[in-house]
Amino acid sequence: MIVAEKKPIEEIIDYVKDFQKLLIAGCNECVTVCEAGGKKEVGILASALRMYFMNEGKKVDIDEVTLERQCDHEYLEEIRDRIDQYDAVLSLACGVGVQFMAEKYFSTPVFPGVNTCFMGAAEERGVWSERCQGCGQCILGKTAGICPISRCAKRLLNGPCGGSTKGKCEISKDLDCAWQLIIDRLKELDRFDEYEQIMPIKDWSTERAGGPRKVVREDVRL
Amino acid sequence: MSTRTPSKLEKILAAGHLAVTSECGPPRGSDPEAITRKAEMIKDYVDAINITDNQTSMTRLCSLASCIHLKKMGVEPTLQMVTRDRNRIALQSDILGAASFDIYNILCLSGDHQNFGDSAQGQNVFDIDSMQLIQTVRLMRDEGKFLGGDEIKRPPQMFVGAAANPFADPFEIRVPRLAKKIAAGVEFIQTQCIYNLEKFELWLKQARDRGLHEKVYILAGVTPFKSAGMAKYMKNRVPGMDVPDEVVKRMSGVPKEKQAQEGIDICVETIQRLKEVEGVKGFHIMAIEWEEKVPEIVERGGLYPRPKVVDD
Amino acid sequence: MRINYPGTIRIVRLPCTGKVDIIHILRAFEKGADGVYVVGCLEGECRFENGNLQARKRVDQAKMILDTIGIGGERVWMYNLSSSDGPRFAEYAVEMTEKIKELGPNPIKLAHKKKAA
Repeated sequence: MIVAEKKPIEEIIDYVKDFQKLLIAGCNECVTVCEAGGKKEVGILASALRMYFMNEGKKVDIDEVTLERQCDHEYLEEIRDRIDQYDAVLSLACGVGVQFMAEKYFSTPVFPGVNTCFMGAAEERGVWSERCQGCGQCILGKTAGICPISRCAKRLLNGPCGGSTKGKCEISKDLDCAWQLIIDRLKELDRFDEYEQIMPIKDWSTERAGGPRKVVREDVRL
Repeated sequence: MSTRTPSKLEKILAAGHLAVTSECGPPRGSDPEAITRKAEMIKDYVDAINITDNQTSMTRLCSLASCIHLKKMGVEPTLQMVTRDRNRIALQSDILGAASFDIYNILCLSGDHQNFGDSAQGQNVFDIDSMQLIQTVRLMRDEGKFLGGDEIKRPPQMFVGAAANPFADPFEIRVPRLAKKIAAGVEFIQTQCIYNLEKFELWLKQARDRGLHEKVYILAGVTPFKSAGMAKYMKNRVPGMDVPDEVVKRMSGVPKEKQAQEGIDICVETIQRLKEVEGVKGFHIMAIEWEEKVPEIVERGGLYPRPKVVDD
Repeated sequence: MRINYPGTIRIVRLPCTGKVDIIHILRAFEKGADGVYVVGCLEGECRFENGNLQARKRVDQAKMILDTIGIGGERVWMYNLSSSDGPRFAEYAVEMTEKIKELGPNPIKLAHKKKAA
């Protein structure tokens, strides 16, 4: 899923302090699961902002809505008939949802309520970690199912570097060395001899480097 | 062994001499004397001098310009190049720039993470890794081609080196990793500072068992401790460094004013012992901001005078 | 046991403090409460393992939010006691009431009044 973190309330207040009618829009997908922008977080933020403005002597109306997804037209359409009532929208969706909201409701200011962090997994309750950078050409089949691009601090395709110490990365003792994990699993899979194959220079044109990306599937288009 | 480049370092190694290299860190400023002064102190005691490339991610005067300063004073430089800060365009471009000044040695590295330095908030590049940089230089030199496939007019003539750390984890891949670098095309290796001689010798034995010592020149890395404090710091704080307790104890066991001499003694003893080990083809002396001690270490290590080789 | 405690307190009963969410605490302030305190079982004695520990984390979160928006985080507290400890319950009620009296009324309530006037 896409993992996000709540923005500090101070930053949000700074975005919305000059508006009178606000819609706080949550998203029922990834940001709900990582407890950053679901219905519950919408409620907490709305309550906090209401009290803040009240205390400041400002009259601000704040409504709450949580859409099934903000990255799909059909769910965003659900608020079309009332979007004009609001001076601004505070979207607690990931960066994708915030932008899709802004594209769809072109004349309404839209502000982000979360910091979108990465594509990752829930390691345990309250701990999420990165697993994928969407490079567009998956090499997991060659790296024992562990991604050195997202999990090695230097995204080395032929690691580990000389900084790998006791299974940890040179930049932090809390971070596993991705190449240690790869080697451990290659051994487990009885494929350790593959370690000596040199991974060729990567074509990064399918990654961010190649410019904004698009997937077009003629077979599923209407 | 025959040589493939005009590199003096390569010639010395090919002639069967024990090579001696050292390194200088460029200054955090633009004073060229900071480099030439250090080089002047050691130039008659070493065959080539590495210039580090923004080591520990601290921004410094660039390696290429520093190498040119050495070249101008008649000293043979080794251009260290990390893949952290440059993409394949910049790497190839800098290799050509170095070649235009007839710099004949290059050391291919990935580089410390920027997290360690003065630009922790900066981007890193890592378009390619050290293994692939070795391949790149060999492609440019041997086939006269850019990575993009086009022909290079007057290709670089560089003796290609890389680092090896026998002490990083996991130990079991340290020799396979050396084999991998050799397969990528590396011709000489400078190792991480050696304090744990048993472990280094075990690594080298495993390399010999695979015949790797015949395929690459291995220069053993040594760094003299200036103090017991430095020994402790290297032991505890520098990733991938292996300083055994006995060594720290030996440094701490002498009075403060004698610790520097003790550090030099340990370094000289290391050289003397490793000289006799099959597969050690020379030494890389990294006297960090202590270049003035290199002549003493070389002399006492029995590596002086340096052999003369005839230029092509 | 007939122990007196201040009559200004409204008790909201829950099966476990683990049920308390940040939003419940915030809503209480939005509606004009001057202070909120959560009374859970002793730490390590939760029947649902860690309900009271979760509650403490949420109380801390609510404190942070209230500090940020100018209401004051010291208006929220978490207490732990044994369910049989009536005297301690009354003690905490007195302590909390005194604390809130010192802090004065919830500024939201004042803002409401101003608006009405």
